[in-house]
Amino acid sequence: MSVLIFAELDEGKIKKSSQEAIFYGAKVAQMTGTSATAIIIGAADESELASAGRFGATRVLHATDSKLTEPNGMAYATVVAAAAQQESSNVIVLAKSSLADAMTARLAGKLKAGLAANVIALPDLSAGFQVKSSIYTGKAFAYNDLKADIKILAIKKNTITPEETDATAPVNVFTPPLNEADFAISVKSTEKSSGDILLPEADLVVSAGRGLKGPENWGIVEELAKALHAATACSKPVSDLDWRPHSEHVGQTGLKISPNLYIACGISGAIQHLAGVNSSKVIVVINKDADAPFFKSADYGIVGDVFDVLPRLTKAVKAL
Amino acid sequence: MKLLVCVTSVPDTTTKIVFTDNNTKLNKAGVTFITGPYDDYALARAVELKEKTGATITVLNVGQADSEPVIRKCLAIGADDAIRVNAEPTDAYFVAEQIAAIAKENNYDLILMGRESIDYNGGQVHGIVGEMLGIPSISPVMLLDLDGNTAKITREIEGGKESLEAQLPLVLGCQEPIAEWKIPNMRGIMTARTKPLKVVEPTGTDKLTTVASYELPAPRGSVKMIPADEAEKLIQLLHTEAKVI
Repeated sequence: MSVLIFAELDEGKIKKSSQEAIFYGAKVAQMTGTSATAIIIGAADESELASAGRFGATRVLHATDSKLTEPNGMAYATVVAAAAQQESSNVIVLAKSSLADAMTARLAGKLKAGLAANVIALPDLSAGFQVKSSIYTGKAFAYNDLKADIKILAIKKNTITPEETDATAPVNVFTPPLNEADFAISVKSTEKSSGDILLPEADLVVSAGRGLKGPENWGIVEELAKALHAATACSKPVSDLDWRPHSEHVGQTGLKISPNLYIACGISGAIQHLAGVNSSKVIVVINKDADAPFFKSADYGIVGDVFDVLPRLTKAVKAL
Repeated sequence: MKLLVCVTSVPDTTTKIVFTDNNTKLNKAGVTFITGPYDDYALARAVELKEKTGATITVLNVGQADSEPVIRKCLAIGADDAIRVNAEPTDAYFVAEQIAAIAKENNYDLILMGRESIDYNGGQVHGIVGEMLGIPSISPVMLLDLDGNTAKITREIEGGKESLEAQLPLVLGCQEPIAEWKIPNMRGIMTARTKPLKVVEPTGTDKLTTVASYELPAPRGSVKMIPADEAEKLIQLLHTEAKVI
């Protein structure tokens, strides 16, 4: 028995959400009296790999291959399944991401595993293996009993706050199995905004809606986001109007995010929008309409004109 | 070309979720059930492909009898026939097993569904089906075009998108803007009544995951309002009180 954590790399660094997953996995290992091993796929420095130990991994398996340099959900799932077999892992932890989403399902299929997605708390082991997950797009929670021998937990951002130590984990080379069928999808091109903070990973998010009146006005949103080191997001109408890319759309049919701080500018707060953001720790609403329903779900509110308020907030952040 | 479109019957997006029976069941009283919004995109694209290539569309739902209005609506929008697997769809692995069993009998070229159901939001069923059938799965798919046996796909990734190509058969989890939602016309509604809807019993194993109980989130405390002319105070509060910046 052991806990296996898939730690995802972004440009050679372990993603923040994966550090959280390692810490979560280490806690589960502690609770079940076993050890936590991290599996990392792709090129990274030895010191970066060993840093998984800071979050509680007692060992790192490192798999590299020229065919595994680009994220590939199917091929990565094959590697993690083989690692799980080698380690006799009965719990596999992943941090939700577009890569992890593609992997969890294939893994569950391969291992006939019980699967909980959008996990938001450590398991309760007092009667079997029960985990709390977010359902109905954040409008409710479910307590899931995982009954299969192998359990896969895909955890949401901000499920747990990692505590770091100065421990390092020994790194073992893991020779990845390669299955030709996993490479049947060919990637023709990738368009990715570079340098920006990825929205699903962001601790702070500044989001704006139709109240901004047009895409040309997004400068004031971006400036506040830049001052805060926050990611930018938008409401559905804004992405439908093509003012902003769909990858920024948060809500019922877009991304569901759970940052520490969500600042909504000129967004009225339809129930479908709230669904995507209501698990944020702190919500700030800025809207000129005092009757905007969003104020009812906010922690802080300002009734005011975003064109006046946002630049002043940016200035105040810079003065901190 | 044979297309399978898997659909869910889910509470309308504006539903206020309430549980009953000691928080073990959704209170369905007064709840309007709709086709999963993402599934609706999958169906709409399937209907467009049918119009272009003369494909046939089978709609599949794993659900109880109360999901039949949703299935009939899919038939009215343009599906040719429907299958309902008579079971409650609470576990992704179980649902995938039902879909895979039907797919194995019928050799579909494309299996389309929403990227996730909006009740459990797992977004796992398409990937498990792909694994069970030994074919590629891709999600979330924003654009889908067919060139003979080659599918040209745009998939959303974090902070952007990527263009992919793969050979059929494939399992795809769909989202906007793959197609515009379709509304059934009167003729569609009339013909849907007589289109075949087969009900089959579930196969395979017991559920690997079950829900013991549900819970609603605790309400947020009351909102602290800051006058607009003192907007700067917000930043101080976020720094010293909420401690998030």
